[in-house]
Amino acid sequence: MGLIAENLAARRGEDLLFVDISFSLDEGGALILTGANGSGKSTLLRVVAGLLRPDSGSVSYTPQGGGEARPAGEAAHYLGHRNAMKPELTVEENLSFWKDFLGDAGGGAGLCVGEAAETVGLGGIAHLPFGYLSAGQQRRFAFAKLLVAWRPVWILDEPTAALDAAADRMFASLVSGHLARGGIVLAATHQPLGLEGAKELRMKGFAGTPQDRAA
Amino acid sequence: MSTTSLVLNKVTGLANPTRFLALCRSILPWMSGITALLFAVGLYMSFSSTSDYQQGYTVRIMYVHVPAAWLAMMCYSVMAVSAIGTLVWRHPLADVSHKAAAPLGAAFTLISLITGSLWGKPMWGTWWVWDARLTSVFILFIMYLGLIALNRAMDEPAKAARVSAVLILVGFVNIPIIKFSVEWWNTLHQPASVVRMDGPTIDPSFLWPLLVMATAFTMLFFTLHIAAMRNEIWRRRVTSQRRMAARMAGREE
Amino acid sequence: MMSLFLRDLKLSVRAGGGALIGVLFFMTVVAVVPFGVGPDLNLLSRIGPAIVWIGALLAALLGLDRLFQAERDDGSLDLILMQETPLALTVFVKCLAHWAGTGLPLVIASPLLSLFMNMNEVAIGAVMLTLLVGSPAITFIGAVGAAVAVALPRGGLLVSILVLPFTIPVLIFGVSATYAAVEDPAPFLPPFMILAALTLLFAALGPLAAAGALRQSSD
Repeated sequence: MGLIAENLAARRGEDLLFVDISFSLDEGGALILTGANGSGKSTLLRVVAGLLRPDSGSVSYTPQGGGEARPAGEAAHYLGHRNAMKPELTVEENLSFWKDFLGDAGGGAGLCVGEAAETVGLGGIAHLPFGYLSAGQQRRFAFAKLLVAWRPVWILDEPTAALDAAADRMFASLVSGHLARGGIVLAATHQPLGLEGAKELRMKGFAGTPQDRAA
Repeated sequence: MSTTSLVLNKVTGLANPTRFLALCRSILPWMSGITALLFAVGLYMSFSSTSDYQQGYTVRIMYVHVPAAWLAMMCYSVMAVSAIGTLVWRHPLADVSHKAAAPLGAAFTLISLITGSLWGKPMWGTWWVWDARLTSVFILFIMYLGLIALNRAMDEPAKAARVSAVLILVGFVNIPIIKFSVEWWNTLHQPASVVRMDGPTIDPSFLWPLLVMATAFTMLFFTLHIAAMRNEIWRRRVTSQRRMAARMAGREE
Repeated sequence: MMSLFLRDLKLSVRAGGGALIGVLFFMTVVAVVPFGVGPDLNLLSRIGPAIVWIGALLAALLGLDRLFQAERDDGSLDLILMQETPLALTVFVKCLAHWAGTGLPLVIASPLLSLFMNMNEVAIGAVMLTLLVGSPAITFIGAVGAAVAVALPRGGLLVSILVLPFTIPVLIFGVSATYAAVEDPAPFLPPFMILAALTLLFAALGPLAAAGALRQSSD
């Protein structure tokens, strides 16, 4: 059930960043990754999203009520440092492209573009080119991208960097809304997201070179 | 001293975009009307003129070809003057002027190239030759397109205007080359027959329709140019309004 | 997939897009040739088809380096890689959109440039037809180069260097089909069919190889 990671290990270049990381998250569960810069938070998230191949271990997602286990990436939204939006196109064009392209994963439905823009509090300016917006507004619309297509798992890498306090609160409510709908959230962050009942995984970083582990 | 400043005031007053828009509103209908009238007269004269004993009816292509070619060069000259305005006085209206003129210049150049080859096929037996006049006009066409592409590629209009102004002034060397190419090199294209030191060599029955058509084309150019400048000013205002809207949306909370 | 096609097409037409630049480059390359070889019309009409083809080839390569790099720069590539839909299909659609945005304008502009080369009507038609059939192959091959060079900071020139050798067969059969149409004894159909076969082959092979390269390059 849910998102299961077993014995994950990954390296950057020759150095092992982490070994033996396992966790499992049920519907409505959240996991917060904390740790210093360079401790491998982003790498772990990219491994879970299927963008990096792990050194060992596996990640899978099994939908509620049975069904086949599948790569977690296919059931996940990934929100990295970059917003994945084109500055030349309007916000609406961007969002409706992602809505069509991503489609809904099983078990839910995405909001329509207008509703998603309202939800992030910027309904009035969705007709503007994305490039006209401030960094904070762009980030908010990147959150709206999570809403237009349903994915049970959200993988968020430093989601609230470059946001003010109000946007922080708005984002926390989005995340708890997602959890309430039976979603799963996996986030790396320095700031508290204000989630109750979230598990925490502290990344220590630098698990040693392969030789150290062999010794 | 006081007179010069008065003149300056008048010029800069006219150059104020808002005043310019008001001026556009009042004179554009008149200009379009005059242009339409001139074209009606000019086209009638062109079609009723006698045909050349050598060239037959194809001589009438000249009534479009020659004015379009003149306008192609004049448009570039207008752009060059605007470019000086951009670089020396940093005036926004000069930016708008040469940006708006580039597509018009490209269109007039294209018309002269097309009509030229339509005429060249029956007369010379080929659509195109690489002689000095034709080649230099073709280069003018590519320069216009390059300027359009440059303007489109840059986000910031003020910066784009300054960069393209430099390019326009550098490219201006091509204009005298086009004008005198028929005299400097031995080309297939015939030499100038209207604007000459010793008076026109063209027969008056051809000259009159040509002059009317040239005036019509010139009026057409200025009408379109002013309209395009007005559109460009509006476009910039819309853009800044939209940026403003984006900023205000953040402030509400 | 339709939405991806439309988005890429929109991007290539919007401000800063590659459509206009490609055609302009094509015109400039072809216009430079008479300065080099001299304005001899007979010579020009003889080498015309080859010049137009080479110009189109170079112009088609011009915008290719941004095919995936632009997606990578703003993070869209990550999302594209994660999807359930086969990556090769996504790449195929992106190639089609890129061709429609930059290759098709070249095909449309080619008759005009053929006139400048003093080619006759049959040769003009043949050049346009062979470009229409052959230019997608350039895009599909180029996609592989673009995918390999996606992680490089300045991949632009490298993509052209990587891709040009593979486009040589396309060039050979495109030009020879055109000449076959003009000069009587040689039959037109065999080289033209080979050109079509090359396009189909690269349409199948290119996206697969590009998808593989993209998977390797994600980091």
